[in-house]
Amino acid sequence: MSERVCTSYKVLVGMEIHVQLATRTKMFTSAPNGATNFGAAPNSLVDEVILGLPGVLPVMNKRAVEYSIMVGLALGCKIARHTKWDRKSYFYPDLPKNYQISQYDLPLCGEGLFEIAGEDGSTKKVRIRRAHLEEDAGKLLHEAPGGHRIDHSIVDLNRAGTPLLEIVTEPDLSSPKDVATFGQELQKLVQFLGVSEGQMQMGHMRFEPNINVHITDQTGQVHKTAITEIKNLNSFNVLERATAYEIQRQIQNWIDTGSLGKKSTMGWDTGSETTFLQREKEEAHDYRYFPDPDLVPVEVSDQWLAELIAQVGELPAARRVRYVDALGLSPADAATLAGDRATGDYFEKALLAAGGSRRVATLVLTHGRRLCNERACSLSELGILPERIAEIAKLIDDNKLAPSSAGAVFDKLMDEDAPAEQIAKSLNLIQSSDSSAIDAAIGDLIAKNPPPLQDFRAGKQAALGALVGMIMKSGKGLNPKLVQERLKQRLS
Amino acid sequence: MIGRARWENAQHKARRLAAGISKAKGFCASRLAFDLICIPERISYPSTSVIAEFDTLIAARDAVRAKRISAVELTRATLAQIDKLDPVLHAFNSTTADHALEQAKAVDAGTRTGPLAGVPVALKDNICTTFGTTTCASKMLENFRSPYDATVVKKLDAAGAIVIGKTNLDEFAMGGSTENSSFGPTRNPWDPSRVPGGSSGGSAAAVAAQMCCAALGSDTGGSIRQPASLCGIVGIKPTYGRVSRFGLVAFASSLDQIGTFGWTVADAAALLQAIAGHDPRDSTSVDRPVPGYLSELSQPMTGLRIGIAREYAQTKGMDPQVRRAIDAAIAKYKELGAAIVDVALPHAEYGVAAYYVIAPCEASSNLARYDGAHYGHRTKEKVNDVVELFSRSRAEGFGDEVKRRIMIGTYALSSGYYDAYYLRALRIRRLIKNDFDAAFEKCDVILTPTAPTPAFPIGEKSADPLAMYLLDVFTVTANIAGIPGISVPCGFTDGSTSGGKALPIGFQLLGPTFSESTLFRAAEMYQSATDWHTRRPTLTA
Repeated sequence: MSERVCTSYKVLVGMEIHVQLATRTKMFTSAPNGATNFGAAPNSLVDEVILGLPGVLPVMNKRAVEYSIMVGLALGCKIARHTKWDRKSYFYPDLPKNYQISQYDLPLCGEGLFEIAGEDGSTKKVRIRRAHLEEDAGKLLHEAPGGHRIDHSIVDLNRAGTPLLEIVTEPDLSSPKDVATFGQELQKLVQFLGVSEGQMQMGHMRFEPNINVHITDQTGQVHKTAITEIKNLNSFNVLERATAYEIQRQIQNWIDTGSLGKKSTMGWDTGSETTFLQREKEEAHDYRYFPDPDLVPVEVSDQWLAELIAQVGELPAARRVRYVDALGLSPADAATLAGDRATGDYFEKALLAAGGSRRVATLVLTHGRRLCNERACSLSELGILPERIAEIAKLIDDNKLAPSSAGAVFDKLMDEDAPAEQIAKSLNLIQSSDSSAIDAAIGDLIAKNPPPLQDFRAGKQAALGALVGMIMKSGKGLNPKLVQERLKQRLS
Repeated sequence: MIGRARWENAQHKARRLAAGISKAKGFCASRLAFDLICIPERISYPSTSVIAEFDTLIAARDAVRAKRISAVELTRATLAQIDKLDPVLHAFNSTTADHALEQAKAVDAGTRTGPLAGVPVALKDNICTTFGTTTCASKMLENFRSPYDATVVKKLDAAGAIVIGKTNLDEFAMGGSTENSSFGPTRNPWDPSRVPGGSSGGSAAAVAAQMCCAALGSDTGGSIRQPASLCGIVGIKPTYGRVSRFGLVAFASSLDQIGTFGWTVADAAALLQAIAGHDPRDSTSVDRPVPGYLSELSQPMTGLRIGIAREYAQTKGMDPQVRRAIDAAIAKYKELGAAIVDVALPHAEYGVAAYYVIAPCEASSNLARYDGAHYGHRTKEKVNDVVELFSRSRAEGFGDEVKRRIMIGTYALSSGYYDAYYLRALRIRRLIKNDFDAAFEKCDVILTPTAPTPAFPIGEKSADPLAMYLLDVFTVTANIAGIPGISVPCGFTDGSTSGGKALPIGFQLLGPTFSESTLFRAAEMYQSATDWHTRRPTLTA
């Protein structure tokens, strides 16, 4: 029987992700970094080192190494304590030296593990194989800016030498959706760490899924397709669609021809929404790696590593768990507060100042969020010191401020900074807890003997609320809780 | 600066040079032009240059300082000497007269000062300068003008030195005779039918023929010490990392080191003083204070222990006259109170083999950038794609020796061969380092011949690369181990094998890393008891 039936299949996707690091200067020279100067005039972010002129030497950008280690730490990778730089040789006009400085056998970051929420709701563990640092290449353009046709190619070296972290995972992703989720989580992570702007449209992150499928036929036999790699996908949407397409293509190809295909490199055609063959990897390219004699090995000391661990701090995932466990927040609220680094750090400061009070979370989630929406900015950009939010929480806890008045204090704090109590006072929102004033007010009320008092005395407990309201209305900023307590005492 | 001389105007140029009216806008005798200019009857030389009156760079500097001679006068005299002799010797690929005279005027005006103020020096043409061209004696970079200055050039500038021109070399410093220059060979001032050594042969010949007071070279396997020996002057290759390589066009990055040539030990020391030190732009340069070489030079040396490596005594192909001169130098040291110690360098014999793996491997990668796409020679042939552009441009731009080394290196780094060649060479490198570490526990310096033979006739070894490579036997180990070495004049042949022309011989002193000061003092000890360094070639046209 020649009919091939795919009764079930298993998808295996490993990812290669290139992340441009947001350092001020390039990887091996002081020319401005292309990743942080997007849109600069062509070939304006270059110097003699980027041009690969005779006699130039590379000097390692220490910050780029630190950023890479921080990502490695966040991905749970083993950090190499000794590593080096290697030259990867190939001739291409976007690479002026005709070799790329990269890391071959001693990557900065070794094995790690990263967890994402899978499509099926489970937690997916994605093993990281390695992450190494290298320099980006320039860009080869086949049409002039503005889309004009030219009969030659032109080179823009702005991107050349940009610090580039290449992260490689094991084939632990099993659906197009998971692939996209992984990409998005990684984006959030590098943004949280502040090591990359992670702007997809600026090419800060480029994804290359390596895809193959294990097909089970009608007899129960498993057929494993050859791995194909789709190059240079730079949006989550395209990443998901291209992966889905390639999975189906491999399956259909097997059904149609029985062939498992060849290990190859594919491109994604945005017009036809299909993958196309770039080259087959029959013979591996010989890059003639060897240690770059112009650079010295990198030794990561205990102290340096400890500093970087401190810089990474608590990651959003860990914070989310803590907020749910310790503050009793909903997962959604916890995610809001732990979302990006600035918000998370801001909230942590407020929380610390308030001694871990849940009320701080409530205040931030109501008034903070309201103001952020109004002003279209992030929490840390509101201009309110996190300590002030802790002060507001304390005023409420001390019955000096009605919870309903907190919003007014937030609003005022946007205009001027002063201790929350002072602001509340200026707004006449501080409640009096002076018992003689309360007793005097109660005395006045009893003297007037209004109908609700008669109702209460007649046994109608519900009238108490009306009585408290009447006392409060007498307008002396009394603490309603105390008023109620003392009124009860007097009347019992 | 004008382009390379062409056949059509070579004769005109020769007359201009001869009349001494050259504005020295820089010229480079191509082989053809050289042959023409060389015909003595057509040329009348200007009178002997003032520069020849100075025995040392220090004396020249002091004369300028004391205003006994103006910097402009000294510079003009140097340019005149070049005009006079270079048509024969071809030590220079270009002169940078305008720039030099501007610098000299600034010295005379008192606005340019420093320990080398007013001293004319020459640079090997693989050191990048914003003035003039930096050709590496290669067709590939024939018209290349660097937009930046090498760190050593900035340092010389800060020291007030006058850069007079760029000297000839084996293409990309690959060779030991300066015959591999794309622009024709340099000739030895002691016998113009012979090579000056290499690859820094242009610098060595320029200093020996008094066409400058001192010069910079680069030494990857002996390229300073060997030509210094063959030209009868002092040359030092410092410790790897002592001088910044930023702006030195790379041949083999882990072996390359810039060093100095001088008439005397003190001259070489004075120039090294100006260029040594840490450079943040060279990660392999070492952040360590530079001693006062000159001030330490005057301190007397007692209890010097000189190691003699027994392995070197058996070196094949040693010229008997060289051996005699070296033995005499050892005897002289003994007489001066030094102790002679027997040391072992058991792995030194593998030095040349390891060198000719490591250097070509690094070269194959370093020279990959010359592809005609961004700068340098680009083929004029019609090409169909970029690969063809690269291939044609490289085929046309590089000479045979450069291609040979690129091919050896590419092969040795290829998958499947890496372990057998490159890794093995690195292991030998480690063993040679260990040998030296052990030897320097027993002695302060090791004395060897610098080269197994004196200068040989031009063309003699051109067809036999291996014979040429073996000339490096005494010098490569210093580069492999990263230690400093100095070559010091120690005699002459009797001329019996060179048509009556006595040829200089030098010995080499090697020391542990950063022992330059010890090397200078040990060399000075010998030099002050001998007069070999005071002899100058007599050049009659």
